[in-house]
Amino acid sequence: MQEGKVLPAAQINRDLLRSILETPRWFWPVVSLLGLIVLAASITVGIMINTGLGITGLNYKVVWGFFITNFVFWIGISHAGVMLSAILRLAKAEWRRPATRAAEVLTIFSLMTAMIMPIIHTGRPWRILYWAFPYDFARGIWPNIRTPLVWDPSAILTYLTSSTLFVIIALVPDFAVLRDRTTGWPKLVYTLLAMGWEGNPRQWKLQIIAGVLLSALILPVFVSVHSIVSWDFGMAVAIKSWHSTVFAPYFVVGAVHSGVSAVVFAMILLRWAYGWQDYIRHEHIDALGRLLIVVATGWFYFLVMEIIFGIYGLEGDELAVRALQFLPTDHGVAYNVWMIIFVGITYFLPVILWLPKAWRRNLWIMSAACISVNVGMWLERYLLFVPGQANKQFQTFTWNDYLPQWPEALIVGATFAFVSMLMLLFSRVFPLVPLYDIKEGDILRTEMQVGRRTLTATFRED
Amino acid sequence: MAMPGFMQRLRDAMSPPSRKQAILGLFQDAESAASAGDALKEAGVPDTDYDFLTDSPYPEGALGEREEKHRLYLYPFIGALLGLSSGIMITAMTQVAYPLVTGGKPVLSLPPMAIVCYEGTMLGAILFTVIGIVFESRLPKFVLGLYDERITQGFLGLRVNTEPEQRYEVIQIMNSAGAVEIKTDQ
Repeated sequence: MQEGKVLPAAQINRDLLRSILETPRWFWPVVSLLGLIVLAASITVGIMINTGLGITGLNYKVVWGFFITNFVFWIGISHAGVMLSAILRLAKAEWRRPATRAAEVLTIFSLMTAMIMPIIHTGRPWRILYWAFPYDFARGIWPNIRTPLVWDPSAILTYLTSSTLFVIIALVPDFAVLRDRTTGWPKLVYTLLAMGWEGNPRQWKLQIIAGVLLSALILPVFVSVHSIVSWDFGMAVAIKSWHSTVFAPYFVVGAVHSGVSAVVFAMILLRWAYGWQDYIRHEHIDALGRLLIVVATGWFYFLVMEIIFGIYGLEGDELAVRALQFLPTDHGVAYNVWMIIFVGITYFLPVILWLPKAWRRNLWIMSAACISVNVGMWLERYLLFVPGQANKQFQTFTWNDYLPQWPEALIVGATFAFVSMLMLLFSRVFPLVPLYDIKEGDILRTEMQVGRRTLTATFRED
Repeated sequence: MAMPGFMQRLRDAMSPPSRKQAILGLFQDAESAASAGDALKEAGVPDTDYDFLTDSPYPEGALGEREEKHRLYLYPFIGALLGLSSGIMITAMTQVAYPLVTGGKPVLSLPPMAIVCYEGTMLGAILFTVIGIVFESRLPKFVLGLYDERITQGFLGLRVNTEPEQRYEVIQIMNSAGAVEIKTDQ
């Protein structure tokens, strides 16, 4: 049953534009703190570029560490936007309404953050231009399109462009509301952004079709992006445990798992920070919790499949990597302990927390479960990539291990501050809950009597 | 009545300014606005001469508005074709321009070309869809017609472009239907 009450449009405007029209006292101190962390990381990147990657823990054998793990993690988070917005929009799920915008915006900022990681990781960021883009006409040097490292930018840039346009198109009616509620130079800016939107039936019809059409077009891109990211590893024949055909669907489902969890946590934070109890309701968090049980179980299935496929061939080198991942070893890092922690906090703990309805409606428990999933999913990527490189092989002189150093930890930590800061700044200038979507939901809602119960029902136009 | 075609709109734009005057009625609920629309139709006002302005989408036909035709579905196909062509050009021409044989594999290797071409196709389709949405919504509109900021606060606007002779009849219709305020551009 749907909860909440139908609210007048003026109150919806007042509540959902509060983050823009009023500045909470905590806002600028929090943004400044996050900005300082980002600044510290930027200086560290500068030092790293100046002195070289030697200040990181990367070495011969383990050449992809924290940065690439973080890259895949943020790509994963970016999948929340399309999962929640496009799939639920196409399925006409009523409870999508308050979640779509935050999910789409999180997609954009996490994609931007993800793109920064491999650029930093190269050590010589300026060279990435002619590794990835066909621009060097003068010297006749072209990127090698046979490498997944070129497929990656094409997929990610397509996804970033599409997601950004998707958000902008859906924002136009809300820009018009802001145009009508502001004065001075903000009014001028919102007037320009609203492009003369007046809300006639033709504009609304195209806005609705746009949502569905763009969702349908972005969905295949969404699947391709994380598949291609997985091929960065899956296409590498030489590294055992990476060369797996199941990587593409495994990565896509994992991305949805971490992405939707991140959106749930972001929604809970926004509800608390801006007092949006009437819009982000317990029923929404409950529905997302149920969805997450299914997604998590799908992800767990692929995890098991990936391990079984690896072991089933009984190849010596592959078995050595699996032993490093799952058995006690004198190798240095206890990967087996981390594996137990990772599976526990990514699947078993959150799913147990999501099973009882009362716990799904407890925002503290939901927050803890969603943070747990994301810590676990970050670990998952690390444990997937690093042991494969630090593997035991026939020639013992090629063994090596990886211990991340402080610059990597600081830069990775700062990416979380960066995304949080961008989300907060976005909420300061644009509504994070789509106003017209909420108002449309209210128009279509009514109360109906079934026997002795009065239920809230929503009409749906097909 | 359907929206006038592109040529008609071009002719309208080129022709001398219309004598028509704009009248905007503000209504508190959809029923009153729809009744006003019906009454205008009965009074012989063409449905191309009036528009409902709302702050959220209403189900199609809820206000008795005219049926809107559009060509949005063409745009993604055009964009996809252009994107695919660009993808083929980039992947094929760069490899032919610098033919680096690796592992005895063909210079023009189809699987990696297909991946980049796929992304190009989707990017083209999405870019053109967005362009289509903007154009088909008749945006950007540099001069906002007769408008009231209360429309984005939940009021429904009914804007009529009428001949001066019919002005008072239109105002009368809006008043009878329960307009809370009527504005004119004069």
